[in-house]
Amino acid sequence: MATAIKTGGRSRALPFAWKAAKLLASVALTFLGLLFVTFLIGRVVPVDPVLSVVGDRASQSVYDRVYIELGLDKPLIQQFWIYLQKVFTGDFGDSFLTKRPIMDDILRVFPATLELATFGVILGTILGVPLGVLAAVKQGRLADQVVRVVGLIGYSAPIFWLGLLGLLIFYAKLGWVAGPGRIDISFEYDITPATGLLLLDSAMQGKWAAFRNIFSHIILPASLLGYFSMAYISRMTRSFMLNELAQEYVIAARVKGVPEWRIIWVHALRNAAVPLVTVIALSYAGLLEGSVLTETVFAWPGLGQYLTNSLQNADMNAVLGGTLVIGVVFVGLNLLSDLLYTLLDPRVRRRG
Amino acid sequence: MFHKTKWLAATVASFTAVAAPTAWAETPADTLIMAWSIDDVISLDPAELFEFTAGEIAGNSYETLIGYDPMNVSDISGKIAESWEVSEDGKTLTFKIKEGRSFASGNPITAADAVYSLTRAVKMDMSPAFILTQFGFTADNVDQMIRQTGDYTFEFEMDQAYAPTLVLYCLTANVASVVDMKLVQENEVDGDFGYNWLKTGYAGSGPFSIREWRANEVVVMERNANYSGDAPAMARVIYRHIPEPATQRILLEQGDIDIARDLGPDEITAMSSNPDLVVEDGVKGSIYYMGLNQKNEFLSKPEVAEAMKWLVDYETIADTLMKGRVTVHQAFLPKGFLGVLEDNPYSLNVEKAKELLAEAGLPDGFTVTMDTRNTPEVTSLAEAIQGTMAQAGITLELIPGDGGQTLTKYRARSHDIYIGQWGPDYQDPHTNADTFARNPDNSDDAASKPLAWRNSWDIPEMTAKADAAVLEADADKRAEMYIELQKEHQATSPFVIMFQEIEVMAHRNNVSGFVIGPSFSDNSYAMVTKD
Repeated sequence: MATAIKTGGRSRALPFAWKAAKLLASVALTFLGLLFVTFLIGRVVPVDPVLSVVGDRASQSVYDRVYIELGLDKPLIQQFWIYLQKVFTGDFGDSFLTKRPIMDDILRVFPATLELATFGVILGTILGVPLGVLAAVKQGRLADQVVRVVGLIGYSAPIFWLGLLGLLIFYAKLGWVAGPGRIDISFEYDITPATGLLLLDSAMQGKWAAFRNIFSHIILPASLLGYFSMAYISRMTRSFMLNELAQEYVIAARVKGVPEWRIIWVHALRNAAVPLVTVIALSYAGLLEGSVLTETVFAWPGLGQYLTNSLQNADMNAVLGGTLVIGVVFVGLNLLSDLLYTLLDPRVRRRG
Repeated sequence: MFHKTKWLAATVASFTAVAAPTAWAETPADTLIMAWSIDDVISLDPAELFEFTAGEIAGNSYETLIGYDPMNVSDISGKIAESWEVSEDGKTLTFKIKEGRSFASGNPITAADAVYSLTRAVKMDMSPAFILTQFGFTADNVDQMIRQTGDYTFEFEMDQAYAPTLVLYCLTANVASVVDMKLVQENEVDGDFGYNWLKTGYAGSGPFSIREWRANEVVVMERNANYSGDAPAMARVIYRHIPEPATQRILLEQGDIDIARDLGPDEITAMSSNPDLVVEDGVKGSIYYMGLNQKNEFLSKPEVAEAMKWLVDYETIADTLMKGRVTVHQAFLPKGFLGVLEDNPYSLNVEKAKELLAEAGLPDGFTVTMDTRNTPEVTSLAEAIQGTMAQAGITLELIPGDGGQTLTKYRARSHDIYIGQWGPDYQDPHTNADTFARNPDNSDDAASKPLAWRNSWDIPEMTAKADAAVLEADADKRAEMYIELQKEHQATSPFVIMFQEIEVMAHRNNVSGFVIGPSFSDNSYAMVTKD
């Protein structure tokens, strides 16, 4: 899914307008390609979408009617064309399953994933970057080994298993956090849905009891996702930092008597931050696709569960809609990290 | 996809043992909270809904004309109907509606609502409509056939004199629920019969009303203040979508839910010894079977089909792998139905199977494939059968797939063996006879594609017998006919019928009164109390 588009960078001779047009064209092509491939996969999957609509018991006449209603009698390329035309007018179609407009469904499930992923990636970054720096500075020593082993567990332990374990310990035994779900039933109707991000909604409405409840629900799954992104971020930080610490400017700084903390946290980290931004953005994008397993264990009504369910039922409109959302997320985060590049890297900035 | 291994289950079990219930939260005293995998709900319109979960929701929020006692299904009584009469020629039923009752909205229930509901379902012609249209109704004729004759009376005229029990049982199905005509019509847009509103809305008269449904998240039911029966003790009943059984178990042990509905053998065993919890079960109508495609050169030999019936270790599977989830049953009608055959003549007998294979000219066995849905229970069942088949030299290759995949292949008749489940659509024996023992047209483009068709089993004579049973007015004679039909089917059919499903749930010990009926729409929580 990593259809990253790299823009900016070496194209210094091009005027701004040309650059923008090129960017737009490549974004449009990416989406077109993404949609087409997803569409094809959905049609090649040996699952009959009509069955998921009418069920196994419907009579042949009902089956035939729905088959035509879904447009499945038309050639594949024509089906895709019809779909594209609708998308361009802002109509993403209805879900075969829920029979509601796809965008309504996605607007309902995406905030749950967004909230969880954002929380997770913030935790992962806050912990992962300092740990990575620490490991690089203490390379080969105990602290490095500890950070690497913690990262390795994050890499290799099944998230499903860790999630259940976390529930048993922190929810069932210690009672520190609330159980699966986003919010307790008793608070559910206290807050009026606005953004769909419950933490934000409850805070804006000043419902602090509800806020605490929501927080105690999200903290465990968010920590779990945070742990996983921390494993990745700390490992990458470590290798970027090792690379920077071996550079001549570090030796020069040391010769000049710059304090060691300044060399590490200001000079080296500043340079390591450039590639690190991409790593964090990719990690964030990965979480935003929705972690199916985490969402299943924690009964989290997010995008991952929605897409998996749609895919298993060959609900193509839903799958395509979800793919578009994920595509937008990836492209958006790529643009954002490019933007951050120009802020962090003076060489890129001057060319701009 | 991500089913737990034994290792995982063991870890969870050991940690739960350590995790003795400290301070557990309690659910509100007037609210019943259930955890259930409810991602199969696609509609709440009785004319469309057909899934187990939606059936149960509708069963507790809508009323049908006729009902039966869930403990004794032959005891049929009126719910919305007060009485009914069958005409001389057996083709017309005249119903009288109970007076003075009303819908949750406050609108009175009249014959107009009943007629509207039945004709609406026929005209909309969604998945479950065949339960009504099998009596000869079409969108064009239904307004003449089902007609109001007074404020509280209407007539129901069919194309043939069907067995009255068949008609009455069909009228107990969710599709025959009586909807609030006035309310539905107020929400009608462009002649859609209010469907776009009702698929997520509510217009019924049952003990509970549906307040909210958020797909893959929650269904909230509320006590219906206008219900004419005894008011339920619970003010609210909440279904939470919790897909993972291990998560349901943790929630139940913590007291954050009252009832857990999806439990595997591991969970059941662990919960049975917990004094705070009660495990309850009830026999459901669903049947586990293997379908042997007669297009396959080996499977089409009658001796092979019989040999396979001797190559399943029924008892051991029911006592270990599927403990508490199934009971051995080898006829196409489930227990609890009129005319059920309760003989289970087959058991594991490798010698006998080998003799039969030799008779078929296959003393060294053969190789076939079996399409297996990748759920843990069907997979473990298939693996056990694979083991016993191998003892007689039959190599069974399992092809895993998800529900949609295996079903698509099955309906295209491109399988060798299909292993799966079949649940009855309504409480009359015809529902299963229609699919297991009828195949009016075995051609590839047949209009109806029952299970017999899917396995290419061409049976004109048996089809005629099943058709005759539908028209037998005498219930005792009719039961005899079904017993005969099942005996013949058991001996000769390419269906290895193995088990009948048991529904298991666990609840906290302060909850009582949940009725587990023979079908999901009979499951009732109107009488549930908590102390």
